[in-house]
Amino acid sequence: MIRRTIDAVVVGGGSAGLAAALRLREAGATVAMVEREPFLGGILLQCIHSGFGLQEFGEDLTGPEYAERFIRPALNAGIEMYLDATVTEIGEDATGRSVTALSRAVGVVRFSARAVVLAMGCRERNRGNVAIAGTRPAGVLTAGLAQRLVNIEGCVPGKNVVIVGSGDIGLILARRLTLVGCTVRAVVEIQSYPSGSVRNIAQCLNDYSIPLHLGHVVTRIEGRDRVEAVRVAPLQDGRPLTGREFRIPCDTVLLSVGLIPENELSRAAGVPINEGTAGPWVDADMMTGARGIFACGNVLHVHDLVDFVTEEARRCADRAAAYLKGDPREEMIPVKAGANVRSIVPNACAPGRRNVLYLRSLVVKNDALLELSAGGEKLRTKRLAHVQPSEMIRFGLEAGAIQNINSGTALEVALR
Amino acid sequence: MALLERCVDVSFGVSKANSGIIHAGFHHSPSSLKARLEIEGNRAFDGLQAELGFPFRRVGIVVAAFSVEEMKTVDHLYEQGVENGARDVEIVGRDRLLALEPALSRDVVGGLFAPSGGIIEPYRFVFALAESAAANGVFLFTGWEAVRAHRQNDAWHITSAAGEDCAARWVVNAAGLRADAVSAMFGAERFTIVPRKGEEFILDKGSAGPPSRVIFPVPARTSKGVLVIPTVEGTVMLGPTADEGGDKDDTTTTPENLERVFRFASQMVPRISKRDIITSFAGLRPTLPGDDFMIELSRAAPCLVQVAGIQSPGLTASPAIAERVKALLMSGGLELVEKADWQPGIPRMHRTRDHAPWELDQLVARDPAYAHLVCRCEGVSEAEVVEAIRKGHTTLDGIKYYTRAGMGRCQGGFCTYRIMRLVARETGMPLERITKHGPGSELVLGHIGDRP
Repeated sequence: MIRRTIDAVVVGGGSAGLAAALRLREAGATVAMVEREPFLGGILLQCIHSGFGLQEFGEDLTGPEYAERFIRPALNAGIEMYLDATVTEIGEDATGRSVTALSRAVGVVRFSARAVVLAMGCRERNRGNVAIAGTRPAGVLTAGLAQRLVNIEGCVPGKNVVIVGSGDIGLILARRLTLVGCTVRAVVEIQSYPSGSVRNIAQCLNDYSIPLHLGHVVTRIEGRDRVEAVRVAPLQDGRPLTGREFRIPCDTVLLSVGLIPENELSRAAGVPINEGTAGPWVDADMMTGARGIFACGNVLHVHDLVDFVTEEARRCADRAAAYLKGDPREEMIPVKAGANVRSIVPNACAPGRRNVLYLRSLVVKNDALLELSAGGEKLRTKRLAHVQPSEMIRFGLEAGAIQNINSGTALEVALR
Repeated sequence: MALLERCVDVSFGVSKANSGIIHAGFHHSPSSLKARLEIEGNRAFDGLQAELGFPFRRVGIVVAAFSVEEMKTVDHLYEQGVENGARDVEIVGRDRLLALEPALSRDVVGGLFAPSGGIIEPYRFVFALAESAAANGVFLFTGWEAVRAHRQNDAWHITSAAGEDCAARWVVNAAGLRADAVSAMFGAERFTIVPRKGEEFILDKGSAGPPSRVIFPVPARTSKGVLVIPTVEGTVMLGPTADEGGDKDDTTTTPENLERVFRFASQMVPRISKRDIITSFAGLRPTLPGDDFMIELSRAAPCLVQVAGIQSPGLTASPAIAERVKALLMSGGLELVEKADWQPGIPRMHRTRDHAPWELDQLVARDPAYAHLVCRCEGVSEAEVVEAIRKGHTTLDGIKYYTRAGMGRCQGGFCTYRIMRLVARETGMPLERITKHGPGSELVLGHIGDRP
């Protein structure tokens, strides 16, 4: 077992980890990065479509291009890189945190670190998670795996495809598969409105005449060895109307039914998890409930835009760098989700600094009012043209905006 | 001796969907054959585990009663268990039951405790048996579907679907769901195997505190009821249901049974949640009228032993079934002499997840692939996957059952392509020939740029 002493270990070399590690190096910290794949960039590498970087760079980049903007500097920044390496445990030692990782190249390595940045991303919800009935043939896979097979391995997962879920990943995959010669028979969405963006509905489905069944569910998968068909039914009062069930012959079912922050490592390290996001509870310093462990990116909460991941990761790294320098920590005000808000990140604000809040709505609404209050007193409101659960709301709060809240009172964020 | 298996790997039939319980011998009437074999089989598992190293733990079984009426059935189970010879079976009051299994609902009134019951990984058990058999001279033919048989010159001549031949003096019909068809193929007894479907649901390892023992309800007439099973690898299994049907290929799961299973299971263990489901499956129990095992010399065909109707507790009884078959073969005139060089033990498989980091160095020094994790959810290394492939398990399901890679919470979302690459590297197979569970279940259907 190799032992290394270092200021910070960044777990994950995707968009969040890269931005955080670079920022920590800029602040003068020694940094080790552990990445499971043999390449840096994470899931961006298989996202060969464009649409990345509009906020961050004012340019329309593909996923690999966006990643490249961070990979090159990271490789030249003096970050200790452990690729094709998996962190198996985060514990405690005399220095602060111990991080154990395995890789073919170095065997077992144990870091003694003062800070750890969690940037492991998320995983896809699968068939079991959404309990689709029927048989279990080959040809049922998650959208991300299919995207990987097509864009990196160069394989065609199937010829006739039904996609479950109309989130952006599912829509982009529908177009991609059509372009490589597959027939996408349908996209089936349980909600009565599409989860993905209006732009993707137009450019990925309508442009290729792919049918979208809103308010429908796949009730059954058929086929013994390989998928032969799915049965689809409309929903009424939350239940499938079996009388109006229809059959779509296909050989492949792709599931794009949501993402879950991957926090098994965090949980095992004793990091408290926020049920609303399935990510760690974090304060205004992006520090989790476990001292010295920070989190950013999709491991914290699932983002819609990589640009926001980058922004969040940098902020996280800035606070981790301040923590490493031993800067005094500011007293914080807890933040909680109010009416119609599913989740909010971070879970505490620092009144003396600018704060950025990310929240998700529980409702679909035009002309919504975002409302900040404390102890029943309204502090601030903001008009939002449209809110829906699948679109993250970002809200900046300038320094001093919440200065006068009594200690012990929480800041509540609601959508009306 | 030759073992002929229709599927591309052993344990791919009834065994793979087994609940993985070593039963304790109180569920069946003392008059049944299965009760005797269950008790004998149960006792054999410690010795078998020592030889074969499959995952198995005697965690004990509890039966939870929720009313005075149900306690009467518990009394009956207790008496049955005592008469069968079940080891240390006891009736327990509410407090002792809750102390034995804190995950149970506070509404229990009492129940039964059978410490000799346990949990096992069924496919690992079957794979270990097959390896031990092969190491001792048994020829294993997988993907070998028997379609015809005739007797000539004091031997059975069996032909496969692919036209291969196999000749043997004696034949044991252990064909599970198709034991009836195989019996007919040999011109032996006519009987019908009725499949009884059981759906099961698996909860994540991280689910709210799995129970520590196998939890049974007080049984209904046709089955042992819906159980809450802490699997030997740390997940929780809920099920099985029991639906009799005619189709031997019907392994569908249904939304109705999902609801039923969760309703029953959460009455016993309130903290289980549908949110923790990672997968579901259905298995088919091969049942005969009367629900007992049929293990006998055929009276209609020469030199044939029938082993049919092996449903629950078939896995538990299997070591005793084997002994019985051996006795039948000898009574039928087959001379069996124990080999002088018989070595039942098989080499232990190393698993990265079983080692503390400081112990791993040695393993990694031998093969660095032990430090390369392929399946993050179950912590399975490249070395383990490669071992499975080199032992002939080249399908995704075979590798999954052998190593658990792909069996965890992401259900192969992250490791499928890695495993496909390893299979391609080790076997030279192109990716489009790699299957989930045999021909027809190819994982990808071509390459980008293929001409139609």
